[in-house]
Amino acid sequence: MQLKDTIRESQAFLTRAIVAGMLVLAAVSVLIWRMVQLQVVDHQHFTTLSRENRVKVVPLPPTRGLIYDRNGVLLARNRPAYSLEITPEQVPDLERTVAELAQVIAIDEEDLERFWQLKKRKRRFDSVPIRVNLSQDETAQFAVHRHRFPGVDIKAQLLRHYPHDIKTNHVLGYVGRISQRDVEQIDSSNYSGTSHIGKNGVEKTYESALHGVVGLEQIEVNAAGRRVRTLAQTPPEPGVDAHLHLDIGLQEVALRALAGNNGAIVAINPKNGGVLAFVSQPGFNPNLFVEGISTKDYKALQADDNRPLYNRALRGQYPPGSTVKPFVGLAGLELGVISYDSSTYCPGFFRLPGNTHRYRDWKKAGHGPMVLDSAIVQSCDVFFYRLSYELGVNRMNSFLSQFGFGGRTGIDLTGESTGLLPSRNWKRRARQQPWYPGETLIMGIGQGYFLTTPLQLAAATAAIANRGIFFTPHVVDHLRSRATGEITPIPPNARQVPILREQNWTDVRAGMQHVIEHPRGTAKRIASEHFSIAGKTGTAQVFTVAQDEEYDEETLAKKLRDHALFIAYAPADDPQIAIAVVVENGGHGGAVAAPIARQIIDAYLLPPPVQEQPVPDEPT
Amino acid sequence: MSYLPSQLRDLTPTDPNRRQGLLATFHIDLPLLAGLLLLCGFGLIVLYSASGENLQQVQGQAVRLLIAFVAMLGVAQLSPATLRRWSPWLYLVGLLLLIAVLVFGEIGKGAQRWLDLGLLRFQPSEMVKLAVPLMIAWYLAEKRLPPSAGRLAIAALMITVPVLLIAKQPDLGTALLVASAGIFVLFLAGISWRLIAGLVVAGAAAAPAVWYLMRDYQRQRVLTFLDPEKDPLGAGYHIIQSKIAIGSGGMYGKGWLNGTQSRLDFLPERHTDFIFAVLSEEFGLIGVMILLALYLSIIMRGLYIATRAQDTFTRLLSGALTLVFFVYLLVNTGMVVGLMPVVGVPLPLVSYGGTSLVTLMAGFGILMSIHTHRRLLPT
Repeated sequence: MQLKDTIRESQAFLTRAIVAGMLVLAAVSVLIWRMVQLQVVDHQHFTTLSRENRVKVVPLPPTRGLIYDRNGVLLARNRPAYSLEITPEQVPDLERTVAELAQVIAIDEEDLERFWQLKKRKRRFDSVPIRVNLSQDETAQFAVHRHRFPGVDIKAQLLRHYPHDIKTNHVLGYVGRISQRDVEQIDSSNYSGTSHIGKNGVEKTYESALHGVVGLEQIEVNAAGRRVRTLAQTPPEPGVDAHLHLDIGLQEVALRALAGNNGAIVAINPKNGGVLAFVSQPGFNPNLFVEGISTKDYKALQADDNRPLYNRALRGQYPPGSTVKPFVGLAGLELGVISYDSSTYCPGFFRLPGNTHRYRDWKKAGHGPMVLDSAIVQSCDVFFYRLSYELGVNRMNSFLSQFGFGGRTGIDLTGESTGLLPSRNWKRRARQQPWYPGETLIMGIGQGYFLTTPLQLAAATAAIANRGIFFTPHVVDHLRSRATGEITPIPPNARQVPILREQNWTDVRAGMQHVIEHPRGTAKRIASEHFSIAGKTGTAQVFTVAQDEEYDEETLAKKLRDHALFIAYAPADDPQIAIAVVVENGGHGGAVAAPIARQIIDAYLLPPPVQEQPVPDEPT
Repeated sequence: MSYLPSQLRDLTPTDPNRRQGLLATFHIDLPLLAGLLLLCGFGLIVLYSASGENLQQVQGQAVRLLIAFVAMLGVAQLSPATLRRWSPWLYLVGLLLLIAVLVFGEIGKGAQRWLDLGLLRFQPSEMVKLAVPLMIAWYLAEKRLPPSAGRLAIAALMITVPVLLIAKQPDLGTALLVASAGIFVLFLAGISWRLIAGLVVAGAAAAPAVWYLMRDYQRQRVLTFLDPEKDPLGAGYHIIQSKIAIGSGGMYGKGWLNGTQSRLDFLPERHTDFIFAVLSEEFGLIGVMILLALYLSIIMRGLYIATRAQDTFTRLLSGALTLVFFVYLLVNTGMVVGLMPVVGVPLPLVSYGGTSLVTLMAGFGILMSIHTHRRLLPT
């Protein structure tokens, strides 16, 4: 019985064991079926996914192109900048490390704020800058203590630097960190590795050329996104260099000449429109913006009464004052309203027919009998009141617009102002008022609504100097690729102001020359024995003097004093340079602005002064 | 021994026809030992890659394996009769320790599994993995098979109590293994097919209740298993990355030490629960087939030993232990290839870690003991 049971149990067990074995084989078969599915059938699909997992494309930012002046002087370069960076992943107690770090290297509130903010946006293994722009001393100081700070390191990157900082800021502009607004306007893939972008000036206009083309690197990363090795690389194409018409030496002379005043100077080569000097005073240090300007510094710049952020040469709108007279005179000749010897008597005021209002001349006693030449030379207002009255606002407007007044010159800088060349239509539209005849008179002497930028004045002067060929002003002469040496010229863009009679131009140009060379010329003090200068002074009213009051320079606050203006070109017979000078609240154009122009013209046209050599002693 | 009847001679360990020497003296079953050694060797090779060429980790694992092999040999020296005598006591001590764990246990990774015995930390559920099949086999072997309904109910209770205690820790993987060990004993004891069918139906019907009893993270695992793409960076990440590793391995694999998924950290838990994915990625389908062949050789040898066992206790015990080993393999690979929900069961003898090694090898020790301690039986 016992034995029989044992045998039966044994056989029952064998059945069950065989069933179990079959189940095991069945389960393993299902597993193998699944493996075949994954590893053979869907192999390609998973290979793709695996590759997508591990291969990442990293941008390689191009090196920004450099900017040189006409003589090859470096105006914008890329300097290695050192920053102190922390990799949070490698630091066990971040708060403590930062506190200890502050004892080794100066870290202020603003640094800390930026650090904690940046940290939030970055991944744990990305390093976050805590101090930027370390000095050499600071770098050395940290190196000594470095062993105490694992996960803290000094990083080098290329940062834009303007060696002539405040001297060039209004023409070069500057680069700054890419903002949200910039992002909307750029090809973001090309900027994927770039932190800075041109915000202003040449840096902005030529951004695409200066920036270059981003390179790409295929790298293998681990699950945390950290680089393991490089798989493939397309090197970046560095930005091309910009060579300017600007002469930094001349720019320095202009700055020195204007020192102590607010104002603007624009010097143009009349033969091609190249901008030789471009000054807006005061300026600011553009390098501050590259490194990320502190709120305090920025507020200080904004609050400054002298408005250093304001580009006066490009955006400043000033009444041209008497500098417009040669253009109005040319209009009178060309349109046949006057002839060269048409005479007007100046009693010191002008009255419109049927009106008692006296439009005063700057010279109370009057200039007596005036023809065009003497009216330009002595800047007689009454002559031009009458001429303007006879021309009328419409003809004056259309003639002056040919010289670029009232419109953008098209210079290769962004943010240019149009100025204002008034007209009947403009006044009806902008002021909902009719045009009054008296407004035509004061427009003819460059006052009233009439506004010009220093750049417009310089460009218009260059057109006179060039006998009607109006060049679009240009800062950049050519672009040059450092890699290939290939040069891309920026071609001059010219148009001809229609000329009815050559002699009219000769007469007006002679008048401008007499402004300097005639004994009664308003700018006779700048006459030079080396070459002849043609020009015109201007004094623009800021403050309107009432009908029966005297303008007394002494009692007026500086802010209310007249702007001093001067336009000129030289040499008068073969102009090499055309220039416009505006000195805010400077007073008289002839006394203040003209000598400044003379310094610049001298610096440009005269050979550099020879250094005195010590004479070796004769042997005895 | 010459007085033995000749027909029994072939059953004696000292039979001159049987293999003599060291193996017999130390109660070692050579086919089983060979399979285990090859599997562990292959495992160490995979581990070297999965650990990121960390030789220290591989050495540590080798030492653990060595200890486990010693434990196996130690257990193999005990006769089945001794094991049988100890069974109820082992089971009782196991139960007490499980209760102690719930009361005093250490909490690690959100579960209460460990007992701190000063010098070493001890996981009582490991001991129960052996104690339950021993106990059920002991209990059922007392009386004739198939067991009566009453005895079956008591046996079921003997399984349920420790399983619930372990599930409460919570340690779903171990609970599953312990339950299957007990159930395999019942299955091999010959409970009726009708009962088995009934249990399967009842189990399916009870699924909603189980869902209700599950913890949130366990429910999440089931949901993730059903739809891993739903949360590819969160709960579904493990299984998606695991499938990518396996699938991209292809037929021949990316080569040893060249698995990008594992070596670049995309594959989580790659040297522990997901080491099968590392193997699949680097050695391809060929490597998988070799591994499965090794496992099958061990399992089939185990089942063979069970069929050759001399009494009900040893038969049930050896069969159940073998099948539990298979459950390890099935649950782990099923999880890694996305056929089953994520349950924390290691790939037996290959995954890094020592907790289950000693238990597993002790189990093989029991198999060897059963196969090498043979009594003389009349046919």
